[in-house]
Amino acid sequence: MAARNTAQDAVPDWDAELQVYEPHRAGLPAFGPYFRALWGRRAFAAEFSRAGIKAAHSRTAFGQIWLILNPLLLALVYFFVVSVFQKSDDPVGRLVHIVCGIFIFYFFSGSVATGAGSVTGGGQLIMNMAFPRLLMPIAMVRTAFVRFLPTVPVLILFMLFGDAHWSFSMLLALVFLVLLTMFGAGMATFMATLQVYFRDTSSFLPYFLRIWLYVSPILFTTEQLEAAVPRRFLLFNPLFSLIGGWNQVLQEGIVPAWDMWLAAAVWAVIALVGGSLFFMSRERDFVVRL
Amino acid sequence: MSVSDAGGAHATTTPVIQPVPEMGARSTNKQTPLPGEPPTVSVQDVSITYRTTFEKVPTFKNAIVRFGRGERAIREVHAVDKVSFDVPRGTALGIIGANGAGKSTLIRAIAGVLPPTTGRIEVRGKISSLLALGVGFNAQLSGRENVMLGGLAAGLQRKAVEQRAEEIAAFAEIGDFMDLPMRTYSSGMYARLAFSVSVHMDPDILLIDEALSAGDASFKVKSAAKMEELMSSARAIFLVSHSMTSVQQMCTDAIWMHKGKLMMRDTPDRCIEAYTKFLNVGEEAFAFDDL
Repeated sequence: MAARNTAQDAVPDWDAELQVYEPHRAGLPAFGPYFRALWGRRAFAAEFSRAGIKAAHSRTAFGQIWLILNPLLLALVYFFVVSVFQKSDDPVGRLVHIVCGIFIFYFFSGSVATGAGSVTGGGQLIMNMAFPRLLMPIAMVRTAFVRFLPTVPVLILFMLFGDAHWSFSMLLALVFLVLLTMFGAGMATFMATLQVYFRDTSSFLPYFLRIWLYVSPILFTTEQLEAAVPRRFLLFNPLFSLIGGWNQVLQEGIVPAWDMWLAAAVWAVIALVGGSLFFMSRERDFVVRL
Repeated sequence: MSVSDAGGAHATTTPVIQPVPEMGARSTNKQTPLPGEPPTVSVQDVSITYRTTFEKVPTFKNAIVRFGRGERAIREVHAVDKVSFDVPRGTALGIIGANGAGKSTLIRAIAGVLPPTTGRIEVRGKISSLLALGVGFNAQLSGRENVMLGGLAAGLQRKAVEQRAEEIAAFAEIGDFMDLPMRTYSSGMYARLAFSVSVHMDPDILLIDEALSAGDASFKVKSAAKMEELMSSARAIFLVSHSMTSVQQMCTDAIWMHKGKLMMRDTPDRCIEAYTKFLNVGEEAFAFDDL
């Protein structure tokens, strides 16, 4: 036994590089190794996103301009439509409000729409490599965020034209941005999973997102929506608190009520945790379903 | 301590690999297990089942139509059934068997892509896989970007992949195409790059699934030479192939699988003999094997 022990001391630890593949418990991979691998390979998500952006030519000057023009033109169309139906005392304020809402909504819908195709588009990589697949929808959220960034200066420009209530409380908008990113990531992972089972998910998605835009405080302010529908019902729409809060802080100069904060945080956590768990529970299937 | 004890016990139950005479040169080259070393790969009573659909493109629309008719398009596949074997350091294991034997599924499980349904797989070392349909490639991206993505997904550092990219391109003989989108590649370039990537990742364990037919005759010679080299640096090589010649030439050990079951574990020659006898087709069916 003693001889054996010295042998053990002399030789390297056999299990230093040990990887064990075992059945998933309750359909979920072990969280510790999974999230360690996820964090260890975050460079992959960044590169996957970067390569995708490059392939879509959005690094060229025209591609960059289009990233701004697209939501901007859409905002102008909606401004025109809303103005036809409803006169306003403050058309500039309305325009700024719609631009403010559309830009952030574009970030959200971009996360969900590109995230939905991330797994089915990852074909060979998914088939041949063992890595946490959650990196793929996360990469797409990064892509959507990178595409959102050039619209921020334009938004600030619009706010300069409108009489924005400049104050430090505007920094609170960052909280809503983070929460919306979490919510978008959760929705992206959920849709990415659904897309594996139903390949027409991404065909339905634009219509679904369009309706979501109409029922959210984007074309109308939160106050206008509340005049029509009681607030407790409106809070069931996650984007009511998430985008409503963003708009109130940034454009209306109001610090949102406590229930807006709470609803936004709760929706963000529900979507992120629920979406990720759903995704991870189906992850093993992806290899045999692609 | 207890784990390595168990590993040692496994190693002793492993059939002794008998050196094949014509492999003399190689077997002096290959690594040998250190005393007390547990097997590099240990497959312990592994079964793999999965459910998949037999629809070409599963859609929500079809699901509704099927639901209306009360049909289901789900099929349960029992790909691997209670398979156990150990692979000690220095083994080049050939996996042979008819289509649908579960060879590729087993390789995927060892690569960690498809976790087993029951049982346990222990792998000691870094895996590089070269599976059937090329390696993780997005045709819109350049070869270099694809290599980078594959390397990062495998958990390598960016710098390490960047350094190897040149070497990979040189070995694959694709020259300037390395920076062009992969949709511009010929199928030969594609396959050569895939092979080159997997052998340049300094793998401890290399998994190859039907990929040795890549490229023209000169590339085949080159890839065979590279495999020789890997035999001395890698701890274990797995080769899934329908080419009996490849298995005979490259492997020191073989398993034969049929319908998910492990039929035999022996030298490549004996496994191939049993397999061909089983198929009742004789040797001439493999006369047109490549490599």
